[in-house]
Amino acid sequence: MTALFSHPRTMTENITHYCPGCTHGVIHRLVAEVIDELGIADKTVGVGPVGCAVLIYNYFAVDFQEAPHGRAPALATGAKRARPDLIVFTYQGDGDLASIGTNEIVHAANRGEKFTTIFVNNAIYGMTGGQMAPTTLPGQVTTTSPRGRDVETAGYPMRMCELLSTLRTPAYVVRTSVHSPQMIVQTKKAIRRAFELQIQRRCYTFVEVLSTCPTNWGMPPVKALRWLQDNMIPYYPLGLFKDPDIDASLTGQTPRPWKERHAD
Amino acid sequence: MAKKLMKGNEAIGEAAIQAGCRNYFAYPITPQSEVAEYLARRMPEVGGHFVQAESELAASNMVFGAAATGEMVFTTSSSPGISLMAEAISYIAGAQLPAVFVNIVRGGPGLGGILPAQSDYLQSTKGGGHGDYRLLVLAPSTVQEAVDLMMLSFRLARRYRNPVLVLGDGMIGQMMEPVEFNPPPEADDVAPVDTWATNGAKGRPRNIVRSLYLDPEVLEKNNHELAAKYERWKRDEVRFATYNCEGAPQLLLVAYGTMARVCQTAIDELKGEGIQVGLLRPITLFPFPSAAVAELADRIGKVMCVEMSMGQMVEDVQAAVGRTIPVSFYGRTGGMVPSPDEVAARVRSLVKGAVS
Repeated sequence: MTALFSHPRTMTENITHYCPGCTHGVIHRLVAEVIDELGIADKTVGVGPVGCAVLIYNYFAVDFQEAPHGRAPALATGAKRARPDLIVFTYQGDGDLASIGTNEIVHAANRGEKFTTIFVNNAIYGMTGGQMAPTTLPGQVTTTSPRGRDVETAGYPMRMCELLSTLRTPAYVVRTSVHSPQMIVQTKKAIRRAFELQIQRRCYTFVEVLSTCPTNWGMPPVKALRWLQDNMIPYYPLGLFKDPDIDASLTGQTPRPWKERHAD
Repeated sequence: MAKKLMKGNEAIGEAAIQAGCRNYFAYPITPQSEVAEYLARRMPEVGGHFVQAESELAASNMVFGAAATGEMVFTTSSSPGISLMAEAISYIAGAQLPAVFVNIVRGGPGLGGILPAQSDYLQSTKGGGHGDYRLLVLAPSTVQEAVDLMMLSFRLARRYRNPVLVLGDGMIGQMMEPVEFNPPPEADDVAPVDTWATNGAKGRPRNIVRSLYLDPEVLEKNNHELAAKYERWKRDEVRFATYNCEGAPQLLLVAYGTMARVCQTAIDELKGEGIQVGLLRPITLFPFPSAAVAELADRIGKVMCVEMSMGQMVEDVQAAVGRTIPVSFYGRTGGMVPSPDEVAARVRSLVKGAVS
């Protein structure tokens, strides 16, 4: 009998602490599958965030560092510079990366550090209980924007792919989503491309993945997937912002949409 | 090795290289930017790595990431920068990793000034960052000693898997003195890095570097482990020097770093007048040489603490000598360095029984 589907070797057997319907589990699995396929588990070092994925080291069967809030890109810089032979990735949420860690991510990207960032954007602070994030959409209700995000006082949500793409150095910048099976497949391709570019020591690689938070959005998981598609994608367009092999054709501000568009 | 005339900051950089360190991450700040300037040139020559970080927060967290791979790593900064590094220092101590931090102290609080001071004693020895942790703090008083203590610091950091702080002042960093580099023999008391470092789980179970323990019983146990380590320091790592303590001094001075050198000159000056003064110079500020201070204080009976601060070390000296012997204090702060004459004048009035 041939096994068609199994547990990735790079994931431990531990049960995750994520809420029902949360897409962190899917994204974890995609990263683990890519590490499996590339055969790099024994030289991979992950750097975890503070936030919902703070316990990520329990789920990956690779060496892991737990960073202070927002500082994962700095730890990854230190690890990758000290040991350029290691494959290093950071896994960060939107509060961690786009708020408290903005300085670290912008400068690590701008130095062209040869590691990979998986940026999980669910437009809210999950672990602390649903506060407004830099990525919270205009009008979106959170515990610290009870009347909806007011752009007059909180400004507009930060688009990290677009922001990083204004820099000349970062060469691989993509935004994907995991709200549909088609996009999950696309996300895995993007993650794989990022790790491959790192293995080739070519450039800094940044994969933003739009994700859901059913608990703090206050909706059932399937409705949350639909909400992501209807509300997040119009503001956070999916696609390839920069790639070192087709840089000339990309402005870095308007993404090239995925070839295999998901079925709406 | 022949002696070489070097500026303190450059000698500190070279000492790290001679000790085998190949990773340095830093952000410029006066009065220690020469370390980065020196290592920006020198690190590539020896195949090492230097990154000019975007901030002290980032520099210290780069140290965290590099230390977690088991490689030797250090950073340097000055007072306001060390305040920013307090975050990573606490995490590194919690995660039990070896790393070396250097603080070339300038006057504070706040942006303060850029001239030499010793006003980070409390930050260095009592905390700085959050949580139940300690740093092993080494205080050089000459450029040669800065070199020697830098080399020792890497060894101690690896032996105890804890951040070690070399606490100099602007004078140590900026002054030129002849130095020689004598790296200590390779330590034989260091746990193999594969047992704890995140350097790729090849042929071993994965390693996790973290300071997060959500179960309070586990965190408490971890903190007891740390505390036991700090107790071992008190037993095995206390370092100090004495000057002119033989015979029957009328007064014991306690001073460290640059201030101790000024005191030494004052003591020589006073000898000519027939006033005998002893000096105890702590080299480890934590663990503090409490037993040695107590023993000399008991014998001499009178103690004065001299610092380039408002008297941050006085409470440690007072705690060491107990309530029966009063500890007086003399110091200048904000970048003012007491001259030997000023110290001598204060000693004279103290010895005669009337503080002017």
